Amino acid sequence: MAALVSSHLPALQVVLALLAAPVCLLLRRPNASWAVATAITWTLLAVSIALLERVLQSGTIIYALGGWPAPWGIEYRIDLANAFMLVIVTVIGSAVMPYARASVEAEIPVERIYLFYCMYLLNLAGLLGIAITGDVFNLFVFLEISSLSSYVMISLGRERSALTAAYRYLIMGTIGATFYIIGVGMMYMVSGSLNMADLASLLPDVGGSRTVMVALAFITVGLGLKLALVPLHMWLPNAYTHAPSVVSVFLAGTGTKIAVYAMMRIIFTVYGGMGVFDDFGLGEMLMALGIIAMIGASAVAIYQDNAKRLLAYSSLAQIGYIVLGISMASVFGLAAGIVHLFNHALIKAGLFMALGCIFLRIGSVKIEDMKGLGKAMPVTMAAFVAGGFGLIGVPLTAGFISKWYLLQAAIEKGWWLAIIALLISSLLAIIYVWRVVEAAYFQDRDKKAPAVSEAPVSMLVPMWVLIGASIYFGINATMTMDVAIGAAEALIGGIQ
Amino acid sequence: MSVEQIILYAVLTPLAGAGLIALTGARPNLREAVTLATGLVLFALVANLYPVVAAGQTPSVSLLEMLPGLSLSFVIEPLGMIFAGIASFLWIVTSVYSIGYMRGHHEQNQTRFYVYFAIAISAAMGIAFAGNMLTLFVFYEVLTISTFPLVTHHGTADAKRAGRIYLGILMGTSILFLLVAVIWTWSLTGTLDFTKGGILAGKADGLTAAILLGLYVFGIGKAALMPFHRWLPAAMVAPTPVSALLHAVAVVKAGVFSVLKVAIYIFGADFLFTIATSRWLLYLAAATVLIASLVAMTKDNLKARLAYSTISQLSYIVLGAMLATDLGILGGGMHIAMHAFGKITLFFCAGAFLVAAHKTEISEMHGIGRTMPFTTLAFFIGSLSIIGLPPTGGLWSKWYLALGALEAGQIAIVAVLMISSLLNVFYLLQIPFNGFFSGKDGDKAAEIKEAPVSCLIAIGISSTACMVLFLYPDPVYDLMRLVVGS
Amino acid sequence: MDVINGFPGLMNYWIVVFLMMTGFYIVIAQDNLVKKIVGLNIFQVSVFVFYITMGKIKGGTAPILADGTEIYSNPLPHVLILTAIVVGVATTALGLAFVVRIRDAFGTIEDDEIQAMENED
Repeated sequence: MAALVSSHLPALQVVLALLAAPVCLLLRRPNASWAVATAITWTLLAVSIALLERVLQSGTIIYALGGWPAPWGIEYRIDLANAFMLVIVTVIGSAVMPYARASVEAEIPVERIYLFYCMYLLNLAGLLGIAITGDVFNLFVFLEISSLSSYVMISLGRERSALTAAYRYLIMGTIGATFYIIGVGMMYMVSGSLNMADLASLLPDVGGSRTVMVALAFITVGLGLKLALVPLHMWLPNAYTHAPSVVSVFLAGTGTKIAVYAMMRIIFTVYGGMGVFDDFGLGEMLMALGIIAMIGASAVAIYQDNAKRLLAYSSLAQIGYIVLGISMASVFGLAAGIVHLFNHALIKAGLFMALGCIFLRIGSVKIEDMKGLGKAMPVTMAAFVAGGFGLIGVPLTAGFISKWYLLQAAIEKGWWLAIIALLISSLLAIIYVWRVVEAAYFQDRDKKAPAVSEAPVSMLVPMWVLIGASIYFGINATMTMDVAIGAAEALIGGIQ
Repeated sequence: MSVEQIILYAVLTPLAGAGLIALTGARPNLREAVTLATGLVLFALVANLYPVVAAGQTPSVSLLEMLPGLSLSFVIEPLGMIFAGIASFLWIVTSVYSIGYMRGHHEQNQTRFYVYFAIAISAAMGIAFAGNMLTLFVFYEVLTISTFPLVTHHGTADAKRAGRIYLGILMGTSILFLLVAVIWTWSLTGTLDFTKGGILAGKADGLTAAILLGLYVFGIGKAALMPFHRWLPAAMVAPTPVSALLHAVAVVKAGVFSVLKVAIYIFGADFLFTIATSRWLLYLAAATVLIASLVAMTKDNLKARLAYSTISQLSYIVLGAMLATDLGILGGGMHIAMHAFGKITLFFCAGAFLVAAHKTEISEMHGIGRTMPFTTLAFFIGSLSIIGLPPTGGLWSKWYLALGALEAGQIAIVAVLMISSLLNVFYLLQIPFNGFFSGKDGDKAAEIKEAPVSCLIAIGISSTACMVLFLYPDPVYDLMRLVVGS
Repeated sequence: MDVINGFPGLMNYWIVVFLMMTGFYIVIAQDNLVKKIVGLNIFQVSVFVFYITMGKIKGGTAPILADGTEIYSNPLPHVLILTAIVVGVATTALGLAFVVRIRDAFGTIEDDEIQAMENED
């Protein structure tokens, strides 16, 4: 039995959540569905850690779904890169679940709570599926599972703007997915395969074909929409702002990250042998977009009055960092991107959790309403400050590690423009983080405002687990960097 | 205890103290006792390290591997020993002073004050013992952040504005310049360890080294080299003990200490001497010395005047480093110690004037020597040390700085040092002279009303130390001899 | 030569491109939320046609083993597109459900009016 389970871990990673979603639908009771979702998420965390350990020990795992070997069947191929992604997604999920209970009760009508958990599980299944699969079409299916469920989750927000945010995200997201599938079709036309590893070996033979390059263009734009690469980001600020707090936490930590991973996979694994960086100028294009995101979005973040929207724009900027790492096409650059993907997931999820705590207590996340919270909610605000330091990249936070490697990679490349942009973006981060800090610590709460107490422990603990982890991985980054460098080597293997 | 353990404990003791202070916050007497006890333990630890360093050993210890190939590690070497010794000794003195000042001045949030103060000292120890540039950078930033709540202690609009300038300049320069310089060095040499003779020589070509030097010196904003000096006057909004220990000793000395470290152990004096930008920076430091002195003369607020005086004096040390000669570096290193004792005395006195007489402006201080004779006398001694006159230790550091300038063939720098000393005479001695010799005779009736006793004790210790260092500068001198290695 | 021979042979692809651009234009240009979804559907259908076209082989029949037939069409794209159609239906259903809820909340399904109301919120 143990051997059977152990040999089918890759399938379990996806199937468990997929099966549990309808269970929630049948249970209908809020607490029961919460319990199911939590149990499943934690099990998946264990599975993903087991998979990561196995990859670290014995290298890439290849699993033929249903026993059909590639390239006919769908293949799950787990190397260090996607094993790390699986861990990132399940870690965030596992921290979100205990937090969710109190927050969801406060923000989502009780008769819809079980639907939320159902959608969450579907979303989780989709995200894990994207990370684990080795098949480009299968990736599309999981992409849409996760996207459709996140549209629903966003629409659960209390304000009516949540509906329009979800609707606009749906339109943009569907266009993105359709672009992606057009690209996949073109690749299939010239190669007759959908398996990533197979494509990687077939595509160079038809390298001169315009179809292959057009396919890459479609896929890049399609995934760019999903990962909110500026200027394809229009859906994100509203979606993050109006979604329920828990949804913002989960999406900020996982949703865009997994799309970034998909883009890395396509560019480096599938198109690895195509010289897209040397001949096609992909690196320069992505660098330009990354820089625009880093500076533009940070500058916009400074002018936001709503802290959630501020963090949303900050996310766009941080995605710019990751894209910059991708654009360098060097092991260090890519490793910096991957480690920032992890670090930023922890930091941003922790920050959104802090805002969720604040929303629970004062019913608003406007910066002007956060006056005096430094005294009223010291634990929450301390977490916000620590997370904010991470965004700035202060030493002893995870953000510093990411920035160190990005800068190092940029210096080795001699990309001075990118270096300056990175530094300016950090300075802008100081400003937008400090706006919140000054409101919370230098202004007093209105005399007439009702007294505020600290958020419940069930929300504080997960928040500090994530923030604490972001500090831990800022002090001792050897492990994360080793994994990230291994993941980057696994991805970039095709190029070198 | 092994030497390695002592090093770690020296960094961790103030941190543990901060925790205890936070826990005992409800009982002020116990809290202050904890602060003092922590200070004494720390000083005992640091004092224990002195014989090891004086014997020429440089033991090191690694805390943990932060990045693959790069550790947070500590090493004790003579220069760091000087800085750590001064900071830990003066922390005790400042704590004694703070008790009287904070209570006498009825400050709010005293627990927070002591907690962040202890964290800042821990960061200063980390800087002093940093074994490589990464460690130094980490603790440098921790020091910036932990002093922010101290600068903005009063929470007023003024404090908020000052906090913005403080954080903006210190963090801005460190991120914009210093971080790049550190990573660039790492990428060029594959090491960040502080190594005698430097690590960049032979690894960086002339232009790269020239740019790197600029990035380092401007990146260390705490050295307050113009044009990145504005944070220091802004920080004067803090309570006086903060200005005294942090903005005359720990923070600013961390800055110039880092400059010296970079000059000696990253570039190496010989290599530094060949870099074009080291000349420009030398002249910029000289300009800062003069301009800041001139600005100081225009300030009527005593703390503002002292702040500009500090900017000027810090540039002496940068200047010593940029001379890139043995004597220049020797003088710069000694000036860290001499200026620390002199300037902290002056700040203590400024705080005493505020607490006892509620006076902040120099123009109000005519005749203050009659009500506060002891404090005014101490101010006089501190001034002499800053100017560099006997019987105070300030004489020695200026002496070696001038010799260093001659050694480097920079006659103009010698002239700058002389002119600056004259300016010091004008703007500092004015205060005790007016205090003793001017004012209306009708004020004779005024009773002696000095600051709280604990303040006076602190003032007494620091001003005596200024004079002791004139007679007995040997510990500092010997350590600096070890640094320049002759 | 190419153009003359190629055009009829590539007829399906021209249709695909025409449909794709039509759908895309409607999504961007229309303010009416339902019409946007109609446009999105046209856009997606163009991709369905694209996949079906690429599976067709000249002279091939349905991929069923039978005596006398040598050439089969490729069934895989057809299967793939079945999946995509399902996804498309789900997306349409969800999008329309949002439109219903938006109409309840805002009283209109015109995008510009909704934006005006949101700006007032």
